[in-house]
Amino acid sequence: MSPLLIYVLLSIAKVAVVTVVLLMCVAYTVLLERKVVGRIQNRFGPSRVGPFGLLQPLADGLKLFLKEDIMPTSVYRPLYILAPVIALACALLSIAVVPFGANIQYRGIDLFQISDLNIGLLVILGVTSVGVYGIALSGWASNNKYSLLGSLRSSAQMVSYELALGLSLVGVVIRAGSLRLRDIVDVQATHGILSWNVFGGFQIVAFFIYLIAAYAETNRAPFDLVEAESELTGGYHTEYSSMKFAMFFMAEYANMITVGCVATLLFFGGWSSPFGNLLPAPNNIVIQALLPIFWFVIKVFFFVFLYIWVRGTTPRFRYDQLMGFGWKFLVPLAIANIIVAALIYAPR
Amino acid sequence: MAFDMYLVIFLIFGALCIAGALNLLLQRHPINSALSLIVVMTSLAVLYLLLGAEFLAAAQVIVYSGAIMVLFTFVIMLLNAGEEERTRGSRAAYLVGFPGVAALLGLLTYIFLSVRMPLGNAQLGGGTLVTTSDLSRVLFRDLLLPFEVTSILILVAILGAVALARKEES
Repeated sequence: MSPLLIYVLLSIAKVAVVTVVLLMCVAYTVLLERKVVGRIQNRFGPSRVGPFGLLQPLADGLKLFLKEDIMPTSVYRPLYILAPVIALACALLSIAVVPFGANIQYRGIDLFQISDLNIGLLVILGVTSVGVYGIALSGWASNNKYSLLGSLRSSAQMVSYELALGLSLVGVVIRAGSLRLRDIVDVQATHGILSWNVFGGFQIVAFFIYLIAAYAETNRAPFDLVEAESELTGGYHTEYSSMKFAMFFMAEYANMITVGCVATLLFFGGWSSPFGNLLPAPNNIVIQALLPIFWFVIKVFFFVFLYIWVRGTTPRFRYDQLMGFGWKFLVPLAIANIIVAALIYAPR
Repeated sequence: MAFDMYLVIFLIFGALCIAGALNLLLQRHPINSALSLIVVMTSLAVLYLLLGAEFLAAAQVIVYSGAIMVLFTFVIMLLNAGEEERTRGSRAAYLVGFPGVAALLGLLTYIFLSVRMPLGNAQLGGGTLVTTSDLSRVLFRDLLLPFEVTSILILVAILGAVALARKEES
């Protein structure tokens, strides 16, 4: 086979594998959330389908797929159909620049990353900022006051918190001197846990700003005013049913996983081991390749679990509190953090 | 081979950009026009990427297609603007506008055709502005004063907007 053909085939295979794995993770994150929130609320969560309810995502998917797709008469059809597509596409897109493991090349192709861009971090931010349209348009096109209120809230919230989110990452970029995600991880991979940005990089404040802003960006509790059930029935997806609803649902959970990946890469050393050089490097090449993935998955799982934990334990913000918190506390704190980070890394 | 690939991508996104711009004018509903503008800006970002200005492309998506256009759609949704009425337009537009546009297009075409050779190999900033660090070196070292003055100008504009929007305390 010619090198070009191998390149194209391997790239397609990578995209297919990552998409399938991501969608499986999305399905099982939903199950995890139902189980964990169930335990937090002193009940079992889904337990009937399969052992421990493990086949529940399959049943849910089948149900959503077979449900009637209701199209309300007064919606603005083109945008009503386009909105969930935008939401899901943007949620799946940003995973393309995430490196999952060490740079292992097979015939000149990086096996554990779909595309290694030197503006990787900016691509993630850009895709997130375009993702707002999915929610904004769905609310407007539904022609429903609850949907519109939900999407207005979400647009305002996402635009406000995007600022704090972007500013919180500047310290990390200053330390690495690069926007390429692999470079950012390599800087943190030298001394295990001590050189991670959250500890050794003095970015612990930035990490918490990022985490809070990311929760608001993904419209998750305690910032889930966008779909506050008690006030807005379902928020922006009130009028959606069947697969279109499922697309919004998948987008939300895919975004959670992306946030987990980004937090891991930027603050928790990506795929690098927390023990640094204390553990001897394994001799077997397969273990050498898979061990970084193991660390990466563990860290992302921690963040996904944290998402669910927070959802199960914190009450929702009030809208004015949300805006005040974002603009009057997070943004100034993020700016102060940039100044501190710049002073720390200036002498180099 | 690689050159052809760039040319194909350029043609696709150039066409998309022009189609979006035309759609922006022809659509009667403001929200459709706003969405067309997003298409225009995103395809412009791809064109920047083709020129090797990766940071500019990302900034274009984040700032223009993201933040600014979200505010546009936000305002349209908030005002719940209805469909525009289609008028025949003013006579001055027909008398001056079309010849003016034709003259401008002719002029631009002439310029591009006459200096086609140097433009064909153009790089943004003469090949020095390739990476993000190059860009920031120019921005924060060589052009620091204009950059800071611009940021103060924007700050003044923001303060002015806040002062105008504030309600008088009664």
